[in-house]
Amino acid sequence: MKKAFAWAVAASLVGGATLVAQTTINGAGATFPNPIYSKWFAEYNKLHPNVQINYQPIGSGGGIQQITKETVFFGASDGPMTEEQIKAAPSPILHLPTVLGAVVPVYNIAGVSSDLKFNGQVLANIYLGKITKWNDAAIVKLNPGVKLPATDITVVHRSDGSGTTYIWVDYLSKMSPEFQSKVGVKTSVNWPTGVGGKGNEGVSGLVTQTPGAIGYVELIYALQNKISYGSVQNAAGEFVKASVQAVTMAAAGAAANMPADFRVSITNPPGKGVYPISSFTWMLLYENPKDKAQGKIMSEFMKWALTDGQKYCAELGYAPLPASVVKMEMAALAKIKAS
Amino acid sequence: MRKGDVGFRVGTGAFAFVLILLVAAIGFELTRQSMLSIQKFGFAFWRTETWDPVAEQFGALPFIWGTLYSSVLALALSTPVALGIAVFISELCPDWLKQPLVFLTELLAAIPSIVYGLWGIFVLVPAVRALEVGMPAPLRQLPFFTGPPLGVGMLSAGLILAIMVIPFTSSIAREVLKSVPAAQREGAYALGATRFEAIRAALFYARTGIIGAVMLGFGRALGETMAVTMVIGNNPKASLSLFAPQYTMAAVIANEFTEAADQLYLDALIEIGLVLFIITLVVNGLSRLLIWSMARSGSRSRAAAAAAPVTATAA
Repeated sequence: MKKAFAWAVAASLVGGATLVAQTTINGAGATFPNPIYSKWFAEYNKLHPNVQINYQPIGSGGGIQQITKETVFFGASDGPMTEEQIKAAPSPILHLPTVLGAVVPVYNIAGVSSDLKFNGQVLANIYLGKITKWNDAAIVKLNPGVKLPATDITVVHRSDGSGTTYIWVDYLSKMSPEFQSKVGVKTSVNWPTGVGGKGNEGVSGLVTQTPGAIGYVELIYALQNKISYGSVQNAAGEFVKASVQAVTMAAAGAAANMPADFRVSITNPPGKGVYPISSFTWMLLYENPKDKAQGKIMSEFMKWALTDGQKYCAELGYAPLPASVVKMEMAALAKIKAS
Repeated sequence: MRKGDVGFRVGTGAFAFVLILLVAAIGFELTRQSMLSIQKFGFAFWRTETWDPVAEQFGALPFIWGTLYSSVLALALSTPVALGIAVFISELCPDWLKQPLVFLTELLAAIPSIVYGLWGIFVLVPAVRALEVGMPAPLRQLPFFTGPPLGVGMLSAGLILAIMVIPFTSSIAREVLKSVPAAQREGAYALGATRFEAIRAALFYARTGIIGAVMLGFGRALGETMAVTMVIGNNPKASLSLFAPQYTMAAVIANEFTEAADQLYLDALIEIGLVLFIITLVVNGLSRLLIWSMARSGSRSRAAAAAAPVTATAA
């Protein structure tokens, strides 16, 4: 009698489990979009309780490696994969921009409270070690009316490999051929000068403590911690202080020349009111996934993230994608062979 | 009975063998994973100064230099303090103060290194910067004190490492002193030695153990990562200056590993791990050798040497 009852319980448990078949999808990659990705996966799970998406923020490099080795179903990266990396992948990989980030210059100069203005040339020369004093003629010229002291500039950069560094040096390389040839673009570079801080908090810590320091941090980090930052001259010649709107506008400005695979740098884009040091962050998906069912779910999720999901950007401080880019991505999602 | 003995011997022997296997496996795996970098750069990897992920030129020299420099500096700063603590606790301290002091030194060892790092950023680095700014100009001409006063740099790294190493060295040195037979001290007192002379004799008796304690601290300093990377400035340029921002092997691996996506870059980082592994092995081997040679020469002349300082003053 007891035994029969136990069997009945076990049978009903098994039956119950098969009724709501859970699909778990694993992904890994960039740390920068982790807050919004976590939010998306949690919200999507509320709408579709049978879909569970796990995301490990192990870094962009790790994300690219894992998707290449097929140990995860999707990856995420702050920089697009290089030609070499695409060749190493087992099958074609689709890059899909999800949200936007921006990088802002922060500084600490005694007696200067107003927001400073910079342009790409000046920032590049500071990071090359060619401009060494705050009252250098090039900086003074951009900031009429600001009394700049003769303090030495201490350059602060990220010590850890980072998408933030990638965006920063990508912009500086576009603005200065010398920076391009001497330093180049990567998540870690061989800095000609300065000290390295670990993470946004390390850089901002060093900047706030060191008189005469300049550094760069993510816009979200500056906004959340109420750190003041400088404005940067865009391609149209305006000095723009970074904001979520100005970053979305930068992406819209770049949409006109968007390549079919979305692997594009949008630093220094054309257009009015745009902030020039911005970038997409990408989700990496297999175009021809081995598991068709998971591919279909992921494709459905992306459609949701690119439309309804974008409304979570504001509360988390990310810049949402412009409508023009979303439209192109919706078309690109059809490339995923999920049936 | 005898059967049990054999089983016990084989069992413990197997565990000891696992240890050897483990070290060999680490060495093998590090070599295998860094093959690309080893083939491309060869021994030049050990003496090249450039670390350029963009141009894919990798050399470990600045990191080797930074690791050894910061560890030696930490050792120089921590050893006198740690031995002082050990001698005070084991020889001179009143009984009621002993336990609190032991507890506090051991507490220092239990603080996570990230906490040391944060303390370093917010307290130590500003203090070091003030010291650097206040240093008189003639001193600043010395090669040890050149460069702008940034606060972050080799000096901060050496100081924070020294603080982290002190509890290890002093705890072991204390235990070693405790194990010095009472007859040693009693003998010294019987010959009319002062307190200081008796302690000196005990220290001399325990010297191999103390060297071991210091070397353990050195090993700890070589591998410390988080606290160091937060205060050293992370600049791969070898320099004699204590003010200059520099870099260590453990720090560069921790910093760059997650975002290194190219195979050669990744292999170069793993080779840094291999270099650190080899250097740690060599340092430990040398310290063993030192202890061994001291123990050998000590056993020949221990009696004479231990008695010498005492008899000298007694006469």
